[in-house]
Amino acid sequence: MNWFKKIVPSRINTEVRTSRRSIPEGLWTKCEECNSVLYRAEVERNLYVCPKCGHHMRLTARQRLDTFLDAGSGAEIGAGVEPVDILRFRDSKKYKDRLLLAQKSTGEKDALVAMKGRLKGMRVVACAFEFKFMGGSMGAVVGERFMRAVDAAMEDNAPLVCFSASGGARMQEALISLMQMAKTSAALAHLSRKGIPFISVMTDPTTGGVSASLAMLGDVNVAEPKALIGFAGPRVIEQTVRETLPEGFQRSEFLLEHGTVDMIVDRREMRDRLAALIAILSRQPVPKESEA
Amino acid sequence: MNLNFLEFEQPIAELEAKIEELRFVGDESAVSITEEIERLQAKSRALTETIFSGLSAWQVAQLARHPLRPYSLDYIQRIFADFEELHGDRAFGDDPALVCGVARLDGRPVAIIGEQKGRDTKEKVRRNFGMPRPEGYRKALRIMKLSERFRLPLMTFIDTPGAYPGVGAEERGQSEAIARNLFEMSTLRVPIICTVIGEGGSGGALAIGVGDRVLMLQYSIYSVISPEGCASILWKSAEKASEAAEAMGITAERLKSLGLIDAVLKEPLGGAHRNVDAMAASVKSALTDNLSRLEHVSMDELLEARYKRFMSFGSFRE
Repeated sequence: MNWFKKIVPSRINTEVRTSRRSIPEGLWTKCEECNSVLYRAEVERNLYVCPKCGHHMRLTARQRLDTFLDAGSGAEIGAGVEPVDILRFRDSKKYKDRLLLAQKSTGEKDALVAMKGRLKGMRVVACAFEFKFMGGSMGAVVGERFMRAVDAAMEDNAPLVCFSASGGARMQEALISLMQMAKTSAALAHLSRKGIPFISVMTDPTTGGVSASLAMLGDVNVAEPKALIGFAGPRVIEQTVRETLPEGFQRSEFLLEHGTVDMIVDRREMRDRLAALIAILSRQPVPKESEA
Repeated sequence: MNLNFLEFEQPIAELEAKIEELRFVGDESAVSITEEIERLQAKSRALTETIFSGLSAWQVAQLARHPLRPYSLDYIQRIFADFEELHGDRAFGDDPALVCGVARLDGRPVAIIGEQKGRDTKEKVRRNFGMPRPEGYRKALRIMKLSERFRLPLMTFIDTPGAYPGVGAEERGQSEAIARNLFEMSTLRVPIICTVIGEGGSGGALAIGVGDRVLMLQYSIYSVISPEGCASILWKSAEKASEAAEAMGITAERLKSLGLIDAVLKEPLGGAHRNVDAMAASVKSALTDNLSRLEHVSMDELLEARYKRFMSFGSFRE
């Protein structure tokens, strides 16, 4: 380094040093799909879609809701609902310890965040799964928060949007978790009877009990590009049928082709397209981006 | 009679073999050994009672999957009259893993949906080991709608390892088919009684399991994932299935104590397969009892109670 410093003109030298000081750790990130090194701020501005290849990176539940709802409009629903381990489930680790670990690493109490808010000025209720919280698995708290989100939507006559990202039911809650499939679906049946639209957005990945309940029940089913969506995981299917699965199997494009989802929407257009769609389904005027 | 004894039943099997042997001898010799046979039979019964009074969750799972365990059609034939099977989802095909139809229960018209396993190899394959595909669940949905239209109380029989995880099933929307049934059953305007007769395998079971009453046979199981599946994910070894079965609490008694099901139907000594007629008679009386009670409730009240029931599932802190 020293010999290099000496031959470089001092002006450039200074510039390098100042810019280095202003660059904190983790300013750069890598796209796991195309391996491009990306400037984090730019990725953030691009809603965590790789500017080079369009790969949709996974979002946390809060990033999702913060970027989807009008800035500052979100008010959380059921934040005080917290998990308990009534089965005292224990595998190689105690469920209680797994919960604590997940809570510590994500800063969330459980795997679903629900909010009342506005989308281009329209009242909506939106919820999002936190995949980093035990694989976005659905247990009693997810079911309860989802039900409260549905109740809030009915109370306010506001359309419901759910962004799912989940491996399915939470094994550690055994049959209680299976019953959350019935709970969330029954809640949606009530919402449907009130004529309130439900838009289900499936993001990478949406499988198992979540896909086989609330996620597939949208009046309109939307998928983000190339998301893994299905009932059984690809590994389980491969073991069952004992053959390699075709390229693109269970990806959004495959589901669109087979009639399971209505549309694939790029995350950068999500707000615009869902706002327009919701406005039509709830017979509201064409939404405009608010002054905020 | 070959009872296909399970591993934990081996002491009983040995006794039974001895009894058979004595019978054989008894036929040929002049000496009467009836007394000895009776003594051994009493011993065998006592032994069965002892073994069956302390079954582990994993042993119950083995009974639920017993090769001689009565399947949906075994019950349907014994319980109902005038059963007419109805086939097909009107869109893709007919799924033999799930049988549907209309019939009479003590004279009362009803609709029936049941998951069906096969007995011999050929039928097992035809019935896909009781694992329905989307067209099966959509046929079930068609029968649900039919039952609502003609006000036929709906009886479902649950017995599946799970919904089929195959390529075709995914292409035709297995998830959507299951989800749609949960959605529709929750507001279906007829009384629904669901009975778990063998394996209640996850979403594949729940897809015909949203009802006003959920009954379970004593040695049936109901779980979110098979004990083997749970063990291979959480313990990283399918061999820990026994631990997983215990941890998940998949037995009727446990689920009843958690308030997730309504009643446990006692099985004959040694399990339903030891006396299918007696088991069917007891299922029949449970169905008629429950139906009589449900029929006295107005439809709106029934739907309200069904909704509240499912909304109440799940404990949390607040």
